[in-house]
Amino acid sequence: MSAYETYFSTVPFWAMIVSAVAVPLILAFGRKPNLREAVTLIAAVIKFVLVLTLLPDALAGRAGEWVLFEIAEGIDFSLRADPFGVFFALIASGLWILTSCYSIGYMRGHAEKKQTRYFASFALSLSATIGIAFSANLLTFIVFYELLTLATYPLVVHSESKKAIAAGRQYLAYALSAGLLMVAGMAWVYMATGTLEFTPGGILEEGMVSASGMKFLFVLFLIGVGVKSGIMPLHSWLPNAMVAPTPVSALLHAVAVVKSGAFGVVRVVGFVFGPEVMATYGLNIILAVASGTTIILASLIALQQTNLKRRLAYSTVGHLSYIALGASLLTAEGFIGGMMHISTHATMKITLFFCAGAIFVHTHKSDIRELDGIGRAMPWTLGAFTIGSLGLVGLPPVNGFISKWFLVSGGIEAQMWPLVVVLLLSGLLNAAYFFPIVHRAFFREGEKRADGRSVWEGVGEASPWMVVPLTLTGAMSVFFCFFPDLPLRFFTIATRVTQDIMGGGLPL
Amino acid sequence: MNHIPVLIPMVLLLASMFAVFGKRSQENYLPFLVALAGMGLSAVLSIIGMVHSVTEGPIHYHLGGWQPPMGIELILDPLSAFFCLMITLVAAVVLLHGEERVRIEVGDRIPAYYSSALMLVGGLTGIVLTGDLFNLYVFLEISSLASYALLATGRKPAAVSAFRYLILGTIGASLYLLGIGFLFMEVGSLNMTELAVMIPEVPVTAGIAAAAVLMVVGIGLKMALFPLHGWLPDAYTFASSPATTLVAPIGTKVAAYVLIRIFLFLFAIDFMKEGIQLTTIVGWMGAAGVVWGSVMAITQRDMKRMLAYSSVAQVGYIALGIGLANPLGLIGAVLHAFAHCFMKACLFMVQTNFLHRLGHYDIFRLDHRTRVAMPWTCAALAVASLSMIGLPPTIGFFSKWYLLLGCIEEGAWVFLAVLLLSTLLNAVYFFRVLEKVYLRSDGEAYDDHDEEADQATSSREVSAAMLYPTLVLAGSLLVLGFANAWIVTHFLQPMFPVW
Repeated sequence: MSAYETYFSTVPFWAMIVSAVAVPLILAFGRKPNLREAVTLIAAVIKFVLVLTLLPDALAGRAGEWVLFEIAEGIDFSLRADPFGVFFALIASGLWILTSCYSIGYMRGHAEKKQTRYFASFALSLSATIGIAFSANLLTFIVFYELLTLATYPLVVHSESKKAIAAGRQYLAYALSAGLLMVAGMAWVYMATGTLEFTPGGILEEGMVSASGMKFLFVLFLIGVGVKSGIMPLHSWLPNAMVAPTPVSALLHAVAVVKSGAFGVVRVVGFVFGPEVMATYGLNIILAVASGTTIILASLIALQQTNLKRRLAYSTVGHLSYIALGASLLTAEGFIGGMMHISTHATMKITLFFCAGAIFVHTHKSDIRELDGIGRAMPWTLGAFTIGSLGLVGLPPVNGFISKWFLVSGGIEAQMWPLVVVLLLSGLLNAAYFFPIVHRAFFREGEKRADGRSVWEGVGEASPWMVVPLTLTGAMSVFFCFFPDLPLRFFTIATRVTQDIMGGGLPL
Repeated sequence: MNHIPVLIPMVLLLASMFAVFGKRSQENYLPFLVALAGMGLSAVLSIIGMVHSVTEGPIHYHLGGWQPPMGIELILDPLSAFFCLMITLVAAVVLLHGEERVRIEVGDRIPAYYSSALMLVGGLTGIVLTGDLFNLYVFLEISSLASYALLATGRKPAAVSAFRYLILGTIGASLYLLGIGFLFMEVGSLNMTELAVMIPEVPVTAGIAAAAVLMVVGIGLKMALFPLHGWLPDAYTFASSPATTLVAPIGTKVAAYVLIRIFLFLFAIDFMKEGIQLTTIVGWMGAAGVVWGSVMAITQRDMKRMLAYSSVAQVGYIALGIGLANPLGLIGAVLHAFAHCFMKACLFMVQTNFLHRLGHYDIFRLDHRTRVAMPWTCAALAVASLSMIGLPPTIGFFSKWYLLLGCIEEGAWVFLAVLLLSTLLNAVYFFRVLEKVYLRSDGEAYDDHDEEADQATSSREVSAAMLYPTLVLAGSLLVLGFANAWIVTHFLQPMFPVW
């Protein structure tokens, strides 16, 4: 139950700040697009390498920490690379490199305006995300959490169309209200415990807050992190935010922003409330009901969507709740499954969004009904799409199988049969909304033009800037099924964090 | 060294007399320079006093060598020195920023304008420093008279709205005077240090309760505490922009500071809290003001009036913190007074810059061209808005944080809800402006030459003398945010003994 052994290290800070430092450079090179994109790529690589250097210590249970200053009376502003933080930072920063390449292809291919603002906001969002990953306490967390809201707002309203501005307003209203409730919850926790440090096993203890107060407090936090992680009924900003350019949807609305919410759920459950308090006050039931309902409803709504990106968005809403559901099981395998799903869903869903973006930029099609026969024109893209779909259904040989396996076995271990049913049913629903797309793409004939030739004739793959990243993420999804622990040791970290949260357990 | 407490206000008041001389002409720069020198000297004295009081303890200065209770006592402790520094610094920055506008809006009455400005700031520092209730009244009247004069500059209705402020302000001051009269009858002293010792000793009578109520209502009028705020929106809206920028940030805040001192040092807090429950009433007035001010601000299309209503709301926060009457709430209240001083000054400067370059500050007429033309002013607007909303890491977040902690400690859930609700309302009325400035208005298509056209108009940013003060204040919101723990531990906590 003890906190991690910490040592002084400025690396978490540099890893966080590097992309923020890139922002002025990106703005300065606004008129030289090649130089501007080079800055983004260099920052992305540096960021990933810095995070990578923190991995060995995290595996050894040591956490590099830098207490920068006292941010409020009695509370430090500090960044600590604990194993769970490194886990999330690796995913976010690693995928940022690929997304940056993809962004270049997409933004140029689509001749988007305001590219400088776009790349600058993107870089700032990544700083906020890594800051969230490395926050050592709730107050530091909320600083970056709000920063992430602000940094991603320009990306949501990117097109500045009426629809985008409305989506931006909704996003701000949801995210700011949530942040606010979380601040209230934090203040309450601080008054009750005198600390806001994330501690494996939780900082709240029985009797610190009355039973009904504890439930109320948990709901405050649940709303706080639940908006970003799309727990129903707080999800509706996410499908609307799909008006953003597709790379934004890919990295932010499948990985960085929404996973910050899911990451927050695990942080709140494992590091603020702790499994014991969760179980004692029945808080896990609240979480389980919310996430279980979300999974089923989101999948059902996804079935009805004909716009590809909206279908993916609802699928994301459902899958984010897998993570929350894993945490609500309060068993070791549930936690492992939930955490693994942060990484597995990341590679799979980013692949799907990359594919959707490639199709849109290259053929200007965004409706699923227009995709008949496209598989023959864009085999790599749709091949990757198929892999992602299989994985989200939970079938081997894609990494989604791994996380789902642990989630289901965690559910069985906890004897929460309704949740096991939810997971299995959700798999079927996933198949029901993904496979028709694959079927259309590969097994149906495309529409015929007036001269009798297929509309797809002469249509090839999109630019390599886009196809290479999406192929890579697709390949990663398969690779991580067979070697979930290579090369970034996701599985080991997840197990380790789980042990820290649950207290004791088998040594590694 | 030991004369610092009296020098801080006296330098300003003397400078005020010098500033009045000189030609009534737009080309007369002397009053401006005198004012700036006065503010600068006072700021330096405040810094020296602050260092001295931190290292060697507070200075108790007896005016003319007369011992209290007969003589007047000035007290320079870390908090009052800090407050003086804030007032003089913000005022100096505001004067620097307003110089260009003053020549346009005030015309040839420049000497009178700067003289009043110095008198205002001198009076306010006096209020902060004095340890004598009657002397406080005198300084209150000095600063109020100056602010009536300042707020009467500008558009035609300004004279009427300033006159209304004069009447209401005088009523407030009279109520305060009546209050200290009652207190003097019941207790027999007007020295604050003595009173703090004596009041708990004497039996609680209707006289003391009446004194407390009268003083709170009187000061409440001065600080525009809801529902005594009626004078404020018109007075701030119609006055000339530099005058509003000067009066709005510091005027009501110092009144709020007086209220805190009345509650904390004069009357026993238990008496105010449980005896006559005055803190609770003030807290509820504050909460109502927060909601009312925010809602009214949302409905405005005149940016200046929006900011004025926002001031009513912000004063409400301070009153709410006072109403909590626990250390955290009071820390939040004082910190919010600081924070608001900087935020509001910055926002009024932005509004002045808009007026200066665009000729208007109508929110509906702002659009993305504004941002292209004035990128830095708009950046300052963004930072100050985020601070007003209360997003980390700006100072606005942290003052709210302490208020929230205070609410939870007190179990004041309604106040907590009000704080959260008002944050959302703030977000509505500030993002409304930001959206206009940063995004394209609807239906306007991009065209390829747009970027170049944007560049062509980009040289319309205000002059350095107006721009840098705005940016300095915007930057200070972040600096103060990061330094809030330092401020709280060094200046605020020592003042609030845990009871």
